[in-house]
Amino acid sequence: MSAFTTAAAPGSREWLAEIGGCAVSACRRAQLDLARVDERVFSLEGDLGDFGGDDFRAAYPDRFIDVGIAEANLVGIAAGLAFRGNVPFVNTFATFALMRACEQVRLDVCYHNANVKIAGTFAGIAAGASGPTHQSVEDLAVARCLPNMVVLAPADALDAYQATVSAALHNGPVYLRLGLEPTPAVYAEPHSFEIGRGRMLAQGRHVGIVAAGLSSVANALAASRRLRPLGILATVVDMPSIKPIDDELLVRVARETGLVVTVEEHSVLGGLGGAVAEVLGERCPVPLHRVGIADEYCGVVGPYLSQLQRCGLDADGIAATVQMALKMRGGDAWCYESQASES
Amino acid sequence: MITTTGVLDESRRASLTALARRIRKHIVNLAAHSAGAHVGGSMSAVEILTVLYFDGVLTVNPDDPEMEGRDYFIFSKGHCSAALYSVLAERGFLPMEELQTYKQMGSRLAGHPSKDIPGVELATGSLGHGLPVAVGLAIAGKHDHAAYRVFVLVGDGECQEGTTWEAAMAAAHYGLGNLTVIVDRNGIQEDGPTEEVMALEPFAQKWRSFGWAVEEVDGHDLASLHQVLHGVPFQYGRPSVILAHTLKGHGISFAENTNKWHYGKLSPEQKRLALEEIESGAGSPLS
Repeated sequence: MSAFTTAAAPGSREWLAEIGGCAVSACRRAQLDLARVDERVFSLEGDLGDFGGDDFRAAYPDRFIDVGIAEANLVGIAAGLAFRGNVPFVNTFATFALMRACEQVRLDVCYHNANVKIAGTFAGIAAGASGPTHQSVEDLAVARCLPNMVVLAPADALDAYQATVSAALHNGPVYLRLGLEPTPAVYAEPHSFEIGRGRMLAQGRHVGIVAAGLSSVANALAASRRLRPLGILATVVDMPSIKPIDDELLVRVARETGLVVTVEEHSVLGGLGGAVAEVLGERCPVPLHRVGIADEYCGVVGPYLSQLQRCGLDADGIAATVQMALKMRGGDAWCYESQASES
Repeated sequence: MITTTGVLDESRRASLTALARRIRKHIVNLAAHSAGAHVGGSMSAVEILTVLYFDGVLTVNPDDPEMEGRDYFIFSKGHCSAALYSVLAERGFLPMEELQTYKQMGSRLAGHPSKDIPGVELATGSLGHGLPVAVGLAIAGKHDHAAYRVFVLVGDGECQEGTTWEAAMAAAHYGLGNLTVIVDRNGIQEDGPTEEVMALEPFAQKWRSFGWAVEEVDGHDLASLHQVLHGVPFQYGRPSVILAHTLKGHGISFAENTNKWHYGKLSPEQKRLALEEIESGAGSPLS
């Protein structure tokens, strides 16, 4: 993984070149920057430190702990460190942290509201070529149902940096959903990452696309651009704070568009789609379509972009779902509107 | 290698014996007046807890349970809450009358200790959680050059949990001389003798091979416990483990050395009998 040779400012051209669009590298860089100003920040590993932990190890060897291949112990140790006022980051693959060590996350961390941050890498189907053991399409559902847990899915590398800083400033457990594969940039400038807030990236009256996470937000934006020439005007919301979720923004989008499509590189059960359905079902019921991974294990080996395409998570796939959703709702309101505006 | 702080003097031994007897009676009452309690493992841990809390081993403060500089005690065999609550009440962390609320509606005294009880550092009950968290606390203490120490009481059956050995490996790797584990080696778990259910022996050898300094004691002999618990760490820069050989249900003849009283509710008659036996001096050292 990349070695950080400069102290370039986050978001700067040099910084982006160093990070290379990789969210986990950005998160690691943030941990290093945080450790510089806060001596309570620890970086913990389960024998995956070579995925970006080496710089922390070199800079702060006494706050770098590699427990070997023992994730349950890793999370328990993190809780113990947190009880003493430290801010430990647990760095491992998403599936290992949240599923292998699920009970340690539940009891030692969440029940005790321990100030532990879990940086889960290889989330989603980025590990497509590695096979189902390394993919993580259940992590949002697992993390979301644990009381006290904040669940964040940043949209790109720069957002991952900001999310990591916000996670450190929040007092309590946080799950950060990260990926190893370089993903397209959504944000050009550093911005404040506010827990509990979504961001409206585009406004349109026909459909609300609510997306979360790496690739998904960028592809949702790309899909909205492809729909525009067809006369379909989409609102696009980036919802990086899966929990707490931005209820007000969701209700507003549902009211303004009457149709919502969610996009996430996660199972269609229990993640962003589930969270949005819960909010809208209670507060503003509108037709809802979920783009995500079907409720099955992925038996197909393949590179990341092909996997996204196969699951309908690329721009074309998202655009196709939006068109289908509009047809299913019927009324063809958007067709007449677009014809009227052209004449 | 044990650096002793002298033998337990006679008057203190007498007062600790009386205290252990009171704690046993509390456990009997809790098991009789609630839906039930883990009688066997509570009785086997009485002397260990007595020496930890009342013989100057643990630095703790009932008036300020979160006092900076306190030692951390993690009661990892959380199902034996009846023993822990009785000790916390005797030590002043809980009002004595609160014991009557054990497992009652609205009480904070659940069957497994929750985080909301003064003196409880970690909610336990799901086994195998205490030691990894203790390792984290001990690493933090070493990092900060803090004087506090970390003690963990685990059940012997609990050591079948894989996290025990993940954490044991890490504790030795990080040279945690500030960490002590006490194993309540009563030899019996819920389904029967540990050696029949899932053998732990050679137990001391396992710990030694993981890099721990090991001592074995009669876990009902106050003088031995005094000596060994005041003697930690047994070796500089190494975690210490005490295999405390105990008798499950010790002090109640019909509950001794059986898995039948791993958990149970005492009838009024059983309660009377148990209190009588305890009063007449049952619960003495094994040897």
